Amino acid sequence: MAEVLFAIVALATGGSALGVVLSRSIVRAAVWLLFTLVGVSLTYFLLGAEFLGAAQLIVYVGGTLVLVVFGVMLTSGGPNQGFRPKKLEWFMAGSLATALFTLLVVGSLGLATPTSGDGELPGTGPLGLSFLGIPEPGRPSGSAFLLPFEIVSVHLLVVLIAAAYLARAKRRVGGTTEPGGPP
Amino acid sequence: MVDLLAEYLPHWLAVVTAAAVSALALISFIGLAAFLFIWAERKVSARIQDRLGPTRVGKFGILQSLADGIKLITKEDSTPDLADSFLFRVAPYLAFCASFCGFIALPFSRDLVAVDLSIGAFFILAVLSSEVFGIMLAGYGSANKWSLFGGVREAAQVVSYEVPRTLTAVVPICLAGTLSLNQIGAQQVGGFWNWNIFHDPFTFVAFFIFFITATASCKRAPFDLAEAESELVAGFHTEYSGMRWSFFFLAEYASMFAVSGLAALLYLGGWHSGFLPFEPAAEFGPWLGNALDMLVFVGKGVLLIFVMMWMRWSLPRLRIDQVMMTCLKYFLPMSCAVLIGACIWQVVVPHNVTEIVRYVLAGGTLVVIVGVLASLFLIKGDNSSGNLAGVWEIVPSATPAAVSLPSTDPAVSQPAT
Repeated sequence: MAEVLFAIVALATGGSALGVVLSRSIVRAAVWLLFTLVGVSLTYFLLGAEFLGAAQLIVYVGGTLVLVVFGVMLTSGGPNQGFRPKKLEWFMAGSLATALFTLLVVGSLGLATPTSGDGELPGTGPLGLSFLGIPEPGRPSGSAFLLPFEIVSVHLLVVLIAAAYLARAKRRVGGTTEPGGPP
Repeated sequence: MVDLLAEYLPHWLAVVTAAAVSALALISFIGLAAFLFIWAERKVSARIQDRLGPTRVGKFGILQSLADGIKLITKEDSTPDLADSFLFRVAPYLAFCASFCGFIALPFSRDLVAVDLSIGAFFILAVLSSEVFGIMLAGYGSANKWSLFGGVREAAQVVSYEVPRTLTAVVPICLAGTLSLNQIGAQQVGGFWNWNIFHDPFTFVAFFIFFITATASCKRAPFDLAEAESELVAGFHTEYSGMRWSFFFLAEYASMFAVSGLAALLYLGGWHSGFLPFEPAAEFGPWLGNALDMLVFVGKGVLLIFVMMWMRWSLPRLRIDQVMMTCLKYFLPMSCAVLIGACIWQVVVPHNVTEIVRYVLAGGTLVVIVGVLASLFLIKGDNSSGNLAGVWEIVPSATPAAVSLPSTDPAVSQPAT
């Protein structure tokens, strides 16, 4: 059952990622990127990492992608003016991507697979304690994850501020903002 | 439900069937809720504006939404020429899916929850924040300047109001010590003085800030500048007609209920009625008890939605710079102060003082609400029933200069003429 669900989610994510690369309009590429990041979040949910999946949704989908789509929407030249990469660019990017993919597959297959019978997944209490690196019975003290968590939070803050800044109502310099008002 | 079905079906089929049943139940709830809320909106707005609203289709006009739905389905499906067709078509479904997915973790009762996530509150806030994509893509894909403006302003407003909304949603989470909505609801068992809203004055204020910022992030009035008729034709959904347009409104009413339900769970005791001395789920058995609890929960959500509709037709609209200023200069510092205050209150204030404050807040609120409701019946107006009050009472006479208009307001004393 889990394999079938993972196959569906992985196909959807991979297909959307292909859509990012192959689509000719940049706004559509941003929308395919949205589907890809939602697919990654679904993969986290399938693995049982609920907190990480929700954090992915809130930081990437709700924050970063909003900023990306804002920027892309407001600066693109229209939906039908696309870019067509040249053959040399296809070859260079394709070979680099294939090399990276091979490296990632070999590396991830070399890691131990997680055993499925480990019992209850930690809720937010133990997760929070492990962020701070506090040792608990049954889990030796590892590294603290507080700094990466803070970095992600500041990332979300920057992205939200940028999105609000891009959408601000611009005031005309030295005059009123109404067209028919007094100068 | 998976365990129940797994006795009869193979495990994978049990999972799929349980998921299908939950999804169908949620979709039919959302459809029925939108049907009734649209009728309620028209009736409430009509009564506030001193008219009757729909009265012809069905008793009290309740089938008006059905008639509207049939009309919308049969409307012509037009797409603007220059529109980006893929984005134009996918935008309403994105908005609806984001609203619908918020219901996945929302517990309607102790046992009636689609997925009992341990991070339920975080998940709902995260998923409801994805609704902004449907709006932005609708605004962009319409190939219309005003839609683009509306979509961009809408997105900025929704994204900005998420920050104080999340901060004030964290206040009851701090009190409860868990993100799981089932546990937050279960902790508010007992009398209504156990509800989170009465825990301390900071949480009391936090409820109102949460409700207002959630209204703003649902793009409801008075924050509905981007879809207002007098401003931008209809904002991001100008070019939409027929069924696609109604999907936006399904999404809006669904997310209104989702945030109202979240407010009811976090602050107002969830599915607990607050005055019954027993627990329905324990007394009447699992099916009837959970159904009663669900009625209480839905009732609280409907009450909060009625307040949202009341606000919409009573308050004037805010300008976009006023909207952003209210969020960034007023609500954001207030929500930070409320969060710090609620956390300090738990640590510093001794136990008996907190109990006294809790009972005072609960009792005071009850007295105020009962007093306001009683005053509706006790203070008599000047007009007998069946007559319209106000300006219709004044009979124009031959010498208008000598007429002193009688005031029909009983609170205003008559000036000596």
